[in-house]
Amino acid sequence: MVERTQTDGAFELVDVSVSYGNEMAVGGVTMSIPEHAVTALIGPSGCGKSTLLRCLNRMNDELGDVTVDGTILLDGQDIYARTMDPVELRIRVGQVFQKPNPFPMSIYDNVAYGPRTHGLRGKAELDAVVEESLKRAALWNEVKDALKKHAFELSGGQQQRLCIARALATEPEVLLMDEPASALDPISTQQIEDTIAELKESVTIVIVTHNMQQAARISDRTAFMLRESMDRPATLIEIGETRMMFTNPGDKRTEAYITGRFG
Amino acid sequence: MRTSRSAARIRSARIAETVAKSILGTATMIALGIAVFLIGYLAYRGMGYVSWEFLTQAPRKAMTEGGIYPVIVGTVWLTAWTAFFALPFGIMAGIYLAEYSPRNRANRIIRIAIANMAGVPSIVYGLFGVALFVLQMGLGRSIIAGSLTLACMTLPVIITVTEEALRQIPRDLRQASLALGATKLRTIRKVVLPAAAPGIVTGSILALSRAAGETAPILFTAVAFFAPIADSPFDETMALPYHMYIMATSATKPAPQMVWGTAFVLVAGVSLINVVVASWRARQRRKIRW
Repeated sequence: MVERTQTDGAFELVDVSVSYGNEMAVGGVTMSIPEHAVTALIGPSGCGKSTLLRCLNRMNDELGDVTVDGTILLDGQDIYARTMDPVELRIRVGQVFQKPNPFPMSIYDNVAYGPRTHGLRGKAELDAVVEESLKRAALWNEVKDALKKHAFELSGGQQQRLCIARALATEPEVLLMDEPASALDPISTQQIEDTIAELKESVTIVIVTHNMQQAARISDRTAFMLRESMDRPATLIEIGETRMMFTNPGDKRTEAYITGRFG
Repeated sequence: MRTSRSAARIRSARIAETVAKSILGTATMIALGIAVFLIGYLAYRGMGYVSWEFLTQAPRKAMTEGGIYPVIVGTVWLTAWTAFFALPFGIMAGIYLAEYSPRNRANRIIRIAIANMAGVPSIVYGLFGVALFVLQMGLGRSIIAGSLTLACMTLPVIITVTEEALRQIPRDLRQASLALGATKLRTIRKVVLPAAAPGIVTGSILALSRAAGETAPILFTAVAFFAPIADSPFDETMALPYHMYIMATSATKPAPQMVWGTAFVLVAGVSLINVVVASWRARQRRKIRW
């Protein structure tokens, strides 16, 4: 594995804007994401939540013609600095996608993909990482006797937990989750949420969700984003303790969204 | 509007549906019928001549008797060398076009040019092969010159099927790999290519089996009326499609059994390979659903 000093995984965003071509999609976001806590990004569709999330592991780089302005610090280090290698960043900042997207290979090979990519070869070490990651993703008990089985034979919820395990296998400090339960049934959603609750002991989690109850249940802090008109970029309306945001929001627009008056 | 949806309209829509379905079905049946008739007639005329002797012996008595063993060997060599030349280039170019080339005007033109290359008549490739490989490069009439010509003809098809197969792999999978800190090259090698392999292999084999049956590209570049089994790829050879052609048009004495037997062997061989590949692909597909 790539040698690195273990840090906390706290983000500091200062005046971050994202543009697709000439059009600014997200403008002027300043917020901090504390380590070892769950931060939820909420807001109506098209409010730039996922776009902002993808800045944190520079996955926007892969889309082409996307520019990110402002400063994003991970534990004090500028992740858009010229010296920052996106590959190294993505080892530290993992991502789980909206739809389960396991690789077309065995359960074991899925989880071992990241560590192998970063040079881990020994069978005993790989076995240990795979077991540890599957345990952290609460999938071990269901698959421990079937690690050679093709990942596509798992149910949707199991596949998503496999994707979480796969992301955890590189031992990231931060896990980005883009609506990780929106394609799953209620029971699988519950399992994912339980997993998140356990993971935040060791990992910083940033989760985008459309589901307000979910944000209220699992997050420590909530950020509300909104694009108020199509000719202006989306902005961060407010961020705060989740309990406060849901009981006594500071902004009328937050209150309107949370109580279901729009969005 | 709901009110205009009278019973009569619903009935006529249903009739239209039935008519459309039967027209489409008929078209399919006609296409299927042609294929079945072709193969059935070929089997009826040719299968009787195919014996162990026919498959394992050389032609005798000015090729009116004996077998076609050296002819089969010739076609196998031509096709194998074609694969050797066309597959690496075709697959690499397909990967470049699908994964690396930027979406701009120049690349659109390149794509169209490649698609057009697939439409060039095979005799034109034959003439090109004579000019470049046989004469200019001095390879003479040989398996190598013929295979290079066939490879030129097959290349655009292999590029296109590779590109198409790669484009069908969901973006989600690539993203998952990149998000784990894998480079683009590793993502392609470990995730995208294996997932696209069934499509690439199937398409390439189909293209090669077309090449195996081509006469025009090898007419001036590789084949001879009669040649023993080649010692080296720089020798002339016999080949199944040309053998059929020459036996049907210029044999000293009519020998229909040689023509029909050869035709049956060529079609049966190619079909067998295609069926094996298609069923392999179906098995792969069952494992992979996006």
